Amino acid sequence: MTRVDFMQGNIASAEGALAAGCRFFAGYPITPSSEVAEHMARRLPKVGGRFIQMEDEIASMAAVIGGAWTGVRSMTATSGPGFSLMMENIGYAAFTETPCVVVNIQRGGPSTGQPTLAAQGDMLQCRFGSHGDYSTIALAPSSVQEMFDLTVKSFNLADRFRAPAFLMADEIIGHLRERVEFPDTVECTPPRPIREGMLPFEPEEDLVPGFTPFGHGHRVHVTGLTHNEKGYPASTDPDLHERLVMRLIEKVERARHEIADYDIENPDAEVVFISYGVPTRSVRQALLDAPEGLYGHLNLRIVWPFPENLLKKFPNARVFLVPELNMGQMAREIVRHCDQPVISLPRLGGELHTPQYLLDRAEEYR
Amino acid sequence: MTVEDWFRHDRLPHIFCAGCGNGSIINSTLEAVDSLNWKVDETVFVSGIGCSSRAPGYIVTDSLHTTHGRALAFATGVKMANHDLNVVVFTGDGDLSAIGGNHFIHACRRNIDLTVICMNNQIYGMTGGQGSPCTPTGALSTTTPYGMDEPAFDLCDLATAAGANFVSRWTSYHVRELTRSIKLGLQKPGLSFIEVMVQCPTNYGRRNRLRDVEAMVSKMRDHALLKEKYDRLVAERKPIPEGSFVVGTLTDRNLPALGVRR
Ligand SMILES: Cc1ncc(C[n+]2csc(CCOP(=O)(O)OP(=O)(O)O)c2C)c(N)n1
Repeated sequence: MTRVDFMQGNIASAEGALAAGCRFFAGYPITPSSEVAEHMARRLPKVGGRFIQMEDEIASMAAVIGGAWTGVRSMTATSGPGFSLMMENIGYAAFTETPCVVVNIQRGGPSTGQPTLAAQGDMLQCRFGSHGDYSTIALAPSSVQEMFDLTVKSFNLADRFRAPAFLMADEIIGHLRERVEFPDTVECTPPRPIREGMLPFEPEEDLVPGFTPFGHGHRVHVTGLTHNEKGYPASTDPDLHERLVMRLIEKVERARHEIADYDIENPDAEVVFISYGVPTRSVRQALLDAPEGLYGHLNLRIVWPFPENLLKKFPNARVFLVPELNMGQMAREIVRHCDQPVISLPRLGGELHTPQYLLDRAEEYR
Repeated sequence: MTVEDWFRHDRLPHIFCAGCGNGSIINSTLEAVDSLNWKVDETVFVSGIGCSSRAPGYIVTDSLHTTHGRALAFATGVKMANHDLNVVVFTGDGDLSAIGGNHFIHACRRNIDLTVICMNNQIYGMTGGQGSPCTPTGALSTTTPYGMDEPAFDLCDLATAAGANFVSRWTSYHVRELTRSIKLGLQKPGLSFIEVMVQCPTNYGRRNRLRDVEAMVSKMRDHALLKEKYDRLVAERKPIPEGSFVVGTLTDRNLPALGVRR
C-alpha cells in the first residue's frame, strides 16, 4: 500500500530521510532549506530519534559526523552560506569514510546572494569544495517525488560507499508542492559490517572497508590525519598517503556507471539536451512542444560521480546543450568527456529557462 | 582492568616532548575512568587538533580525533545520537577557546553530558608557539614578539557563566587532586569542565625565561591559590597575591542537563 500526499519538496526530503531510518539530524536554519530541519524537529522525537539545532553549520556537520559514527543514520540540510561553512568537515567525512547525508537546497550566490531564489551554483563546490583530493556522491532531484526517493537513495549510497552523499536540490524543488507517493517501506541497505580479522580501514574488494561504529567493541581510532589501515596516524609516508587518497577516489569513481541513475529521450537525435535538477522540467516541456523525436534529452539524477558513458547513448549527437542555473558548472565536466561541442545555457537570478528559450537555442544548432 | 589496560599500547611511544605535562593528565584521566569501572566499549574519547588533542589516539577506546576547534561539536553529535556512550573530550586552550570558542560556550549552555578536559599550556604548542587567547599579558610567543598585549580568557569563568554544571581548575603538579576532580566531573550529569594548567617547556618556557621543567612546575605550584583560601582572603578583604590563579572546584550545581543516560 502506498500513501499519496500533496506536499512541499523540503518536507518530502525529510520524510524520505525518516523512511530511510535517519534518526539524527543536526542543522542550522537557513532559507530556503529550513523546512527540512523544522520537519525533522517535529517528527524525530516521535520516532525515537533526536534533533539538535547547532550553533552554526560548522558544528552541524561535525555533529552529523559524530552521530554517524554511533551507527545512526544522520543528516543535515542547508543552503549556500551554510554549505560553505561545512566544507572543512565535509573533507573530514570523506577522509574518515563517514557515511552521512547533506541536503543542499541551493540558492543564488555568491555570498548571501538570493536567499529566496533558486540556483545550482554549488555543483562544483560539492565535488571540489573541501581542500585536497577526494570524490563525492551527488544526486539532483527534479520533482517532489524525487526529493523523497533520492533522499532515501542518498542514505543507501552513503552507507554503501562510506562517503558523504549530497542531495543537491534547489529552492524551486524545495518549495514546490506536488503529489508524492510514499511506499510503506523503502529499501534500506545498511553499511557492510567489518569482517572478522579485517582492520577498520582495510578495504574489501570494492575498495570500501567494513563499518566499525562506536560502542560495538571495535575500539577504532578515527582521525582526519593521513592514517594506515588500523586508523592510526601515518602522515609522513608519501606512498601510504597516495594509496589512501587514490582508493577514496577510486571506490566512488569506479562505480559511476553501475550506480548511474538517468532518463534518456530520443537517443537518435542530433541535438541533445543534458540536464539535472529543476531545468529538467523546462527541457521536458520543450521536447513536448517540439516536433516529435527532434531533440534528445539526458536527465541525470546522479551527477557525481559523473557517468560519462551515457554520452555515448546518443550516437548521432552533433551538439549537447546544457541548461543550468549556474555559469556552466556541469557543462565543464561534460566537455571533458566528448568531442562534440557542448553549449552551456546559463541562467542566473532565480528564474528557469522557459521551454521556448530552450527551443530557440536548439533551433540554432539544427 | 587497570589503568594500563586503557592505553593503546601499539601506538606508544607518544609524540609529546620531554618535560611535557600532557602525559600525566592522560594518566589522571584514565585513573579516574578506571576507578569508576567504566567500560572500554561504552566510552568514547573525542578531541580537536593540537598536541593535547593527540591524547585519544593513545587510549584504547573508540576515539574521534577531529578538526581544529570542533571537538565539542563532534562530541555533541556522538552523545545526542547515543546517550548510552560515555563521552570525554580532550582539548587545548587554542582549540577550545579560539577557533572553538563558540562551540565551547554552546556546549556549556546546553549543559550536555560530556566531560571536557582542557590542557591549558597558554600557547599553541603543535604549531610552534604562537600566542593563544590564554597567553598571559606580557608573555612572549612567536606571534607576540613584543609581549602579549591582549588580556587572557578565564576559561572556568566562561564555562560557569555559560551554564556548565561542574567546573574545576588544577595543574599538572596536583596529580591527586586532579584525578579526584576528573572523577567528580565524570560522574556529574551535564557538562563538566576541567581546566588543567600544564607546562610546555618547548614552546612556552623556552621563550619566557622558564628554562627547565622544574622551574615551570614550581611556578605553577607557587601561584596556584586554593579556592578555599581565595574565598577566605576575599571574605577578609585581604589582597589576592599577584600572578596567582585559583584552583579547586569552582562550580558544582545541578542545572537541567542534555543527553543524560536514562
Ligand atoms: C582550521 C585550522 N586552522 C589552523 C590549524 C593549525 N593548528 C593546528 S594545532 C593549532 C593550535 C594548537 O594549540 P592548542 O589548541 O592550544 O593545543 P596544543 O598544541 O597547545 O596542545 C593550530 C593553530 C588547523 N589544524 N586547522
